[in-house]
Amino acid sequence: MKTIREINEKIKQGKAVVVNAEEIIDIVEQKGIKRSAEEVDVVTTGTFAPMCSSGVFLNLKQPKPKIKIQRVWLNNIEAYAGLAAADFYLGATQLPEEDPLNKVHPGRFVYGGGHLIEDLVAGKEVELRAIAYGTDCYPRRELRQKVRLKRDFNDAILLNPRNCYQNYNAAVNLSSKIIYTYMGMLKPNLGNITYCSAGQLSPLLNDPFCRTIGLGTRIFLGGGIGYVLGKGTQSRAEVRRRKGVPVVPGLTLSVKGDLKQMDRYWLRGLSFLGYGASLMVGIGIPIPIIDEEMLRYTTIRDRDIYVQVIDYSRDYPYGEEKVLAEVNYQQLKSGKVRLGGKEIPAVPLSSYFRAKEIAEILKKWISQGKFFLTEAVETGV
Amino acid sequence: MLSKKVVLTFPQPLLDKAIVYRLIKDYNLIFNILQARITPDEEGVMILEIRGKREDYKAGVDYLRETGVKVRPLNESIFWRESECTHCGLCTDVCPTQALTLERPEMRVRFEKKRCIACELCISLCPVRAIERRVNKKRKSDEDI
Repeated sequence: MKTIREINEKIKQGKAVVVNAEEIIDIVEQKGIKRSAEEVDVVTTGTFAPMCSSGVFLNLKQPKPKIKIQRVWLNNIEAYAGLAAADFYLGATQLPEEDPLNKVHPGRFVYGGGHLIEDLVAGKEVELRAIAYGTDCYPRRELRQKVRLKRDFNDAILLNPRNCYQNYNAAVNLSSKIIYTYMGMLKPNLGNITYCSAGQLSPLLNDPFCRTIGLGTRIFLGGGIGYVLGKGTQSRAEVRRRKGVPVVPGLTLSVKGDLKQMDRYWLRGLSFLGYGASLMVGIGIPIPIIDEEMLRYTTIRDRDIYVQVIDYSRDYPYGEEKVLAEVNYQQLKSGKVRLGGKEIPAVPLSSYFRAKEIAEILKKWISQGKFFLTEAVETGV
Repeated sequence: MLSKKVVLTFPQPLLDKAIVYRLIKDYNLIFNILQARITPDEEGVMILEIRGKREDYKAGVDYLRETGVKVRPLNESIFWRESECTHCGLCTDVCPTQALTLERPEMRVRFEKKRCIACELCISLCPVRAIERRVNKKRKSDEDI
């Protein structure tokens, strides 16, 4: 048994043993659970994937005279301004006023909230337009201004109500025509299968009951430091499991962090053909090895993580999801899966390559004594 | 033996005529159809890779031009901006020639330009627009194709 305080003391002394969620598998195979749990202090995880339920709270530096913003657009994308005078929330999937949407199907959704967030993080200048009705204390009725993140905003808080899905569905198309979904383009007649998870590197699969992750957990978020705010929307704990691992999407997290510290390399605007815009978010969570049980969770492998295959042509849209099959991430990552009597191409939407890069960065931060673990105040599911 | 990639544009009146088969029959050329479509303006566009002797190739192209087909070299290529790529892997699903692949076990996207036939299917599918069409510089004039 180790406490988080003891692990932090080792980090401070530069003595903490930190490995990523892929490396731990081999270590335990060689040394066994007991010895590995004594030796290893932290296992780092990572995921870099589309996370639509993301956005930024922005607080604009007041112009003179001041404005109580009623409606506001940045690069023609509207943010929600129903808050105090200069606060507004910009969502990742919001589209500009003039976007042709799906009028010519499939729409391209070239620029949306996610792209705008990426541009802000990259330090680009964006066009802000706001209207107001004018009050005695905030007389201004209109504002047009070029703005940059660090120069023109007091604060920018990335605040995402649902990120970091524990697992997800794998999507197929049983119909006879191409469909365009948030799971990518699905070819007719079981022409492909798409999936979206970092599998064995995924944070919530390495702590499946959130024994250590909860409100206050310090994390890697978008290239900077962030915090877990607790369960995300649609987080579900009572779910069907296979070998203890959810076969369904399962738990989610709500997270926040200072956008000004982040990096566009880890926050990317996305355009999904025929579907819409979104944001690709990089998240890494350290798992403290407080006991053997925690260590055992982190040894999870792709072959033990199963995912349900769902038809997105009819079953998903009409809320009648039937499990067509269950496949594991080892099969999916091989690029081919046998389904319905044929071999079909398996395609990821989540970047495993970059998820591992996150786990490595977090490992480096901890090993170099730049990142300390926190004790969450609300854990468990 | 030479091998060239060319873009043929068939004006609307030629759409129902059988034309390219004569490259084989009368000009002893081999071709591989890389792309064929009818545009919304009702022009036919076909991208061919043509192989054969230089003189046959020249005669074949002259024949196409005489019939009214516009012939120009394929001077566009697909450019993969590696620094913009997130290595998600979505593009590898639509690539018909496996020019875009996922290297395993790293799960890293790899682009082999030699295999690319510039079909452009990947361009609109890439969620971060890391793949672009670019016009090649320094090409000889159309007459020299």
